[in-house]
Amino acid sequence: MGKNNREGAVGGKTVNRIINILLALGCLTILFPLYMTVIIAFKKPSEMTNDVAGALAFPSNWNFDNFVEAMKVTDFWRSLGNSLLLTGVTVIICILLHSLAGYVIGRKMARHKIFKTSYFYIVSGMFVPFAVLMMPLVKQTSQIGLANRAGVILLYVVFFMPMNILLYAGYLKNIPIALEEAACVDGASVWQTYWKIIFPNMKPMHATVAVLTAMSTWNDVMTPLVIMSGSDVNTLPLAQLNFQSQFGTNYNLAFASYLLALLPIMIFYIICQKQIINGVVNGAVK
Amino acid sequence: MGNNGKRDKAWTKNDKIFLGMLIPVLILFFCFNTLPLLKGFYYGLTNYRGYGDYDFVGLRNFADLFTDLRVGKSYLFTFKYAVVMTIAVNVISLILALGLNRQIRGKSALRGIYFVPNILGGLVVGYIFSFIFTYILPAVGEATGIGFLQNSMLASSKTAWIAIVIVGAWQGIAMNTIIYISGLQTVPEEVYEAGMIDGVSGWKKFRTLTFPLILPFFSINLVLCMKNALMVFDQIMSLTKGGPSQSTESISYLIYNNGMSGGQFGFQSANAFVFFLVIVIISFMQMKFLGGKEEQL
Repeated sequence: MGKNNREGAVGGKTVNRIINILLALGCLTILFPLYMTVIIAFKKPSEMTNDVAGALAFPSNWNFDNFVEAMKVTDFWRSLGNSLLLTGVTVIICILLHSLAGYVIGRKMARHKIFKTSYFYIVSGMFVPFAVLMMPLVKQTSQIGLANRAGVILLYVVFFMPMNILLYAGYLKNIPIALEEAACVDGASVWQTYWKIIFPNMKPMHATVAVLTAMSTWNDVMTPLVIMSGSDVNTLPLAQLNFQSQFGTNYNLAFASYLLALLPIMIFYIICQKQIINGVVNGAVK
Repeated sequence: MGNNGKRDKAWTKNDKIFLGMLIPVLILFFCFNTLPLLKGFYYGLTNYRGYGDYDFVGLRNFADLFTDLRVGKSYLFTFKYAVVMTIAVNVISLILALGLNRQIRGKSALRGIYFVPNILGGLVVGYIFSFIFTYILPAVGEATGIGFLQNSMLASSKTAWIAIVIVGAWQGIAMNTIIYISGLQTVPEEVYEAGMIDGVSGWKKFRTLTFPLILPFFSINLVLCMKNALMVFDQIMSLTKGGPSQSTESISYLIYNNGMSGGQFGFQSANAFVFFLVIVIISFMQMKFLGGKEEQL
């Protein structure tokens, strides 16, 4: 701080101070809804008066009754478990399968046309929004007995394939082909070479893929909503949707539930903020 | 296979192993991406209600799409939303990124906070904002006497879409800002130093030096933001459910609502297929337009 602007921008210290204040004030637009959520979640319905102060003042005492109640109403632990299961399994399968597919396609693209065609075929899948495939997929999954968590995971694995293969195949350029050839001379099979040499070398891309896949899966509403409708299996966001009517006009209960739903990803963000931001930027820029 | 391209070489054992691994992936992708797309087109040719028997009706659904008021309204809303979102989000996030890229106090903390909306789920964020629009803002309007705040934005078909833009932008800005920051960091210092010597500053500096250099990032943001906005769904679910009087029904929401439970399985399948074509056309236009612009530099 106080050094010259890296960008060499004109104005110097005074301008920077003003910008600093403006940016700090701008943060309030981010923090206000979060503050409000916390405050309302801790209050009793009787503390909610009709003016702004009534809704936004600190609660008279900070107790966790609303949270206990919200956990019961929305079956929190089961929803959390489902969200963790769906996200965890999807991320693991995506990393294992998409990295292999990206390697297979990326390494042979220049050699044989079928790999290049496959690459463009799969990557062009990015143009297909889920809403377009939704109705046929609902029919298809229920016909083959996949209107459940396994089906949702399968759909995620296919749906994230275009993006992830694009990322992995692109990253492959950083791994010299000589590495594999050396292993081949030593008598290792393609399969062994991949897992022992290529897979560990793609580590930075695994992090990007994990972040992107996990965030999209964790916050997704549409896929579990349409595929598992009728079953009583909820994810965290889905539980908010399905129990909305049970909150009624008890906003304190509702906000306790919203806060519980936001908490896991907030904690995750606080712990690995850098990896998450890097992952998101890498995914978008590459 | 393998004998039709000039670059194709003889198939070694190694190539065949790779092909063997490729095929299952292709089958998987075909079954759950291409096949449902084709099936969607097929359902679009029928009067299927989602259950029971159905007949072929030819291209009637596709023709009806163009005269159906509700479908027309949903396209209008979705495009209005996408265009306003894309402009608002890009302008605001570019300004934020320029500020956050300067030598300021608490830079990393500020960046961290501005990114938070991006990690939160659209549905829950929508519910939280729904409370702000329904209770907080009218109460503020009441207390300050500002007339237009006194009624909930969500209750009027004239303003409900703006509320959805606000929530969408609140989340979208986070992502675009971070991408712009990473773009600004690629601009070499020498460029600014050279600009300083030439006496270029302020708006002119931004327009002639900074912006052309971060144009690729501008393209990425434009495409990403537009794509996300065209598929808006979660915010609609939690804020308006398409109301009031169907003024905020996005295409995705209409397909979900009428196709899954409204007995319009066939008709909405046709709608979904046309939506797919629209997305493809827009994406190609964007790539062509932006790709052409970058080459001029």
